[in-house]
Amino acid sequence: MNSTVSGQRAVRSAALAVLAAAAVGFPLVFSSPVVTNYAVYALIFVAVVSAWNVFSGFSGYISLGHAVFFGSGAYAVGIAARDWHINGTGVFALLPLAAVAGAVIAVPFGLIALRVRRHTFIVITIAVFFIFQLMAFNLNSFTGGTIGMSAPFLPWTPTAFNDRFYYIALACAAVTVVMAVLIRRSRFGLQLRAIRDDEDRARGLGVQAMRVKLTAFVLSAAMTGLVGGVWFLYLTQVLPQSGFDPLFDLSLVLMAFLGGLGTISGPVIGALIIEPGQLYLTIKYTNGYLSEILLGALFLLIVLFMPRGLVPTATEWIRRLRTRGRPAVPPASPGAAAPQASEAPTREART
Amino acid sequence: MAHQIYQAIADGILVGGVYALMAVGLTLIFGVLDIINIAQGVLVILGAYLSYELSARLHLDLFLGLLITVPAMFVIGVVIQWAFIRRLRGRERTSMTLLVSYAVALIIEGILYEIYGPNVKQLNASYVQSSVHLLGFYLSDIYLYGFALAVAVVVAIYALLYRTRFGRSVRATMQDETAARLVGIDVNRVAAITFGVGVAVTAAGGMMFGATNSFNPNSGYDLISRLLAIIILGGLGSIGGALAASVFMLTVESLVTIWSPEWAIVVFYAALVLVLVIRPTGFFGRQPVRAQ
Repeated sequence: MNSTVSGQRAVRSAALAVLAAAAVGFPLVFSSPVVTNYAVYALIFVAVVSAWNVFSGFSGYISLGHAVFFGSGAYAVGIAARDWHINGTGVFALLPLAAVAGAVIAVPFGLIALRVRRHTFIVITIAVFFIFQLMAFNLNSFTGGTIGMSAPFLPWTPTAFNDRFYYIALACAAVTVVMAVLIRRSRFGLQLRAIRDDEDRARGLGVQAMRVKLTAFVLSAAMTGLVGGVWFLYLTQVLPQSGFDPLFDLSLVLMAFLGGLGTISGPVIGALIIEPGQLYLTIKYTNGYLSEILLGALFLLIVLFMPRGLVPTATEWIRRLRTRGRPAVPPASPGAAAPQASEAPTREART
Repeated sequence: MAHQIYQAIADGILVGGVYALMAVGLTLIFGVLDIINIAQGVLVILGAYLSYELSARLHLDLFLGLLITVPAMFVIGVVIQWAFIRRLRGRERTSMTLLVSYAVALIIEGILYEIYGPNVKQLNASYVQSSVHLLGFYLSDIYLYGFALAVAVVVAIYALLYRTRFGRSVRATMQDETAARLVGIDVNRVAAITFGVGVAVTAAGGMMFGATNSFNPNSGYDLISRLLAIIILGGLGSIGGALAASVFMLTVESLVTIWSPEWAIVVFYAALVLVLVIRPTGFFGRQPVRAQ
């Protein structure tokens, strides 16, 4: 038993090492800016979806307002660069500011929104989202109004530009995924998932629900803001409707659901599948309506036929294949189903 | 100034009637099925386009056209419920239904874009431009008709819920689905018909919206976020609350427009957030059940 576990662990570390090497080596093999453009966007979304998942996936509170942090991060970098007259590569020093902007906004946002649950929470996140989008439109002298903000010019060739942003986005994605892993394994992560399963019971068992939820919300917001700043520098401009985009929130949820809500690899896989596909359709069909229809149809298919997402479904298939139809754990009584692996940690947390 | 304020209040109440027409269906669907139908905004726009087709091609009067669009939207609603919503079960149902309806909204929006393109349209009729001078106020005819229509629809839905056998089974399902099932109510049928009625109302709402605003396939987003604010403020599932909240919100917006049109919509959402800080269940909300 022990040897198979350590064997599995070795296989996993090896697979991770191969993946990391592939990720680092990607721009060396595919040097065309057209290809790396896809990769940069995909990694940006890997980071944002993972950050979203740290809050919404773990706690069960579905946020449709993460564009608030994304857009605020973008605007924070843009406004700071404009007002403090920062040019060239100096703008990268402003990226922590984007994370701070996300976190600072998340505190009052969370204190208000996290008092309510389920539908009402989702609607409040949408309402706050629209308040921010309208502020970006209306505060002309601060945000540039409908013209938006432009990033300072970076004196790099297209290839160098994309390559450098590729590594920046990769770093963001790696940091977020590591953060998600650490949180999931920690006592804090268990508290979050206890809240997801039954918030009242979790509170009864001594989980400081508000503090836990708010901490996750702020962490998630900070990472989203940071990536928003990176996205802004890469795209070199932000408009109220692109920084605060309702489809952005929907895409996050779709990617997380496709991969598997609340898992670590699910959001990563979801982002890697959907974002390049969406980008391809947008570039190929400039009007974007077809990609909208396809996005909606894909969404329906996933929810109806694979509601738990790719990763949990695939894990189950693999387990079934390995055990050849025999239950992995002998049932306690005849006819009783084997316990679900994904549920086990939460149960332990309660005892 | 004082007259301007009174005029704004009168406008707000009348426009509130139009929004009530759209919000009632949404809150009814929530009350029975416990889901938020994000597609409601786009369905309103779809209703507006249906009215547009009937009036522009067949030269049918807008209000007469409702005799065709309302049943059509009812069928669309029943089909959406039967095909997608009905299948969802389990712990993630809340978020799943929300996402499914969002996906439906995307598909409808995309199809409308393919057919009509992004150019804005507006419904037209003789009474769209005219207005009456009443007690010193200028009130436009279409809003007066629309307000009357809204009141009629709300009364009809009340009558349906409180005076018919079907309405009794709907209310039973709202109170306790399991118990309703146990006493022999066909809960699936109730759910399908309620969803159909909730969507059918958008045909009337869409006609009114299309006559009083210019619209394109993208207008659904702005609309659904306002409608959500209204039904949360009114208390989810409360039809009277939806009516009161529509009138309240649109009056506030209309008043703020006097000073600053571009901030009026912000006030709309800010009012929602403020009210929920003080009273998380909205004006007329039931106590939330113990559930995540």
